[in-house]
Amino acid sequence: MTRRDFVQLPAGAPLMDDHRAAQAPAPGAARLPTIYEAVEAVARELYWRALKDIPPDVRAALRGGLQSERQSGNATAGQVLFTILENIRTADEQDTLVCQDTGLPIYKILVGGTLQLDIPELKERIRRGCQRATAEYPLRSNTVHPLTRKHTGTNTGQGIPVIMLDFIPGTDHIEVHMAPKGSGSENMSFLRMLNPEEGRQGIKKFVLDCVVASGAQPCPPVVVGVGLGGTSDLAVQLAKEASTFRPIGSSNGDPDVAQLERELLGLINQTGIGPQGLGGATTALAVHIEWAHTHITQNPVAVNMQCWRGERAHAVITPEGKVTYSHGAL
Amino acid sequence: MAHYKLRTPLTELDIRRLRVEDTVAIDGVIFGIRDATQIRIFDRGVPPPADLTGAVCLHTAPGVRKRPDGTYEKLSIGTTTSTRMNRFVPGLVGKYGVRAIIGKGGVLEDSVAAMARHGAAYFAIVGGAAALTTKQIEAIERVWWEDLMPECFWQFRVKEFGPLIVAIDSHGESLYRRVRERAEQRVKEFRLK
Repeated sequence: MTRRDFVQLPAGAPLMDDHRAAQAPAPGAARLPTIYEAVEAVARELYWRALKDIPPDVRAALRGGLQSERQSGNATAGQVLFTILENIRTADEQDTLVCQDTGLPIYKILVGGTLQLDIPELKERIRRGCQRATAEYPLRSNTVHPLTRKHTGTNTGQGIPVIMLDFIPGTDHIEVHMAPKGSGSENMSFLRMLNPEEGRQGIKKFVLDCVVASGAQPCPPVVVGVGLGGTSDLAVQLAKEASTFRPIGSSNGDPDVAQLERELLGLINQTGIGPQGLGGATTALAVHIEWAHTHITQNPVAVNMQCWRGERAHAVITPEGKVTYSHGAL
Repeated sequence: MAHYKLRTPLTELDIRRLRVEDTVAIDGVIFGIRDATQIRIFDRGVPPPADLTGAVCLHTAPGVRKRPDGTYEKLSIGTTTSTRMNRFVPGLVGKYGVRAIIGKGGVLEDSVAAMARHGAAYFAIVGGAAALTTKQIEAIERVWWEDLMPECFWQFRVKEFGPLIVAIDSHGESLYRRVRERAEQRVKEFRLK
């Protein structure tokens, strides 16, 4: 199979590609798509779903924020949260995008351990689904060369979409998690290699400093993702998974880490930054921490923010190509 | 806190009566500008293609579809972070007479001072609320500098565009500064364990 980097597909191109179309049964015959065709269709569909349909846990957290800001008599914060919920309602009614920032596409793919798959083809189908989502809607494309700032026009390019690949033992299906990561929040990303002696206190101080330095810019109320431990790159990746793919209301499986999540959420919401950084008690909807073991001489902490829209979408694909959609939970 | 309905172009009087935490809604015309638009104006020295005296500018790069007749259909128009474009604010209000900037995230102290000097204000819109913003924009009336797509110079017709929150007024007061200073103070007072 040939690589097809940077292909701009015409709008309305048929879902099946050329080499598979040749093997397709006669018109009229019932036929499930191959698993690769399903992956391409899912990659396209999840991009749209994530941009349009805010997950129920995020909606509930925003409604909770509105209620508490109104109870405390903060008119500005109440106005901002009311507008956010009105915006979500408008997007539902008009079947349109919640936010204009179509982000940088991130796909986390979990492949069942008993599946025999051509992984390069799988990755290629994700890329093509992403290109088709962009061309066929059409979505605003955001991908540019980091030096020349030249647009690719497809929301794909070198290294984009970001594809995180992992495996699930003992199953034969594929799970696809998708997040179109918006830039207001992504620009508020931080890494500090703290000293071990700075400990828990140093970790808290760093996270709080990041939230205060970010202020209004990441579109609060945010989900604060924290990556603890690992190597520097692993800490950053864990922070991203924590901010982006975990539902609000979930807590880390390690009780000590879950305790730190609760303490940090309480402290962040005492800073008074509030919705859109205009003041209030609803600065973060959640703090999610993911962790890895680290070196005895290291104490890495990474912070990644997710804006109020908390966008994510998810699908499960069976080996026959049957697809079930949800908002997903890692 | 008071609510004001404003019609463009805005006068100095329109702006001087506003105080932080007031809300406004706008009728008339607003211009859409972004990073690349302002780099062309201020770094390349190309004058803005429209008269910005009394103008309202929105920090945006819209998602659009071009119609066969060359006009644009709005798909998703929202607001980007203003802080990135802070260095252009003194020029917009000082040199070109812009009276209001609509954005999210706020601008820095040099811009707050420039707005106080020239009688301009910063209106906070809810970042990410593009579905509502798009609904409140009646039409894309004109577009210049299409080579910068989507960061062109856009002219939008708006009706009851808002509510927007006056986050920086023309008297040197900034809600962002107030909130940030309070947050820094509170973090200092936390007894972290």
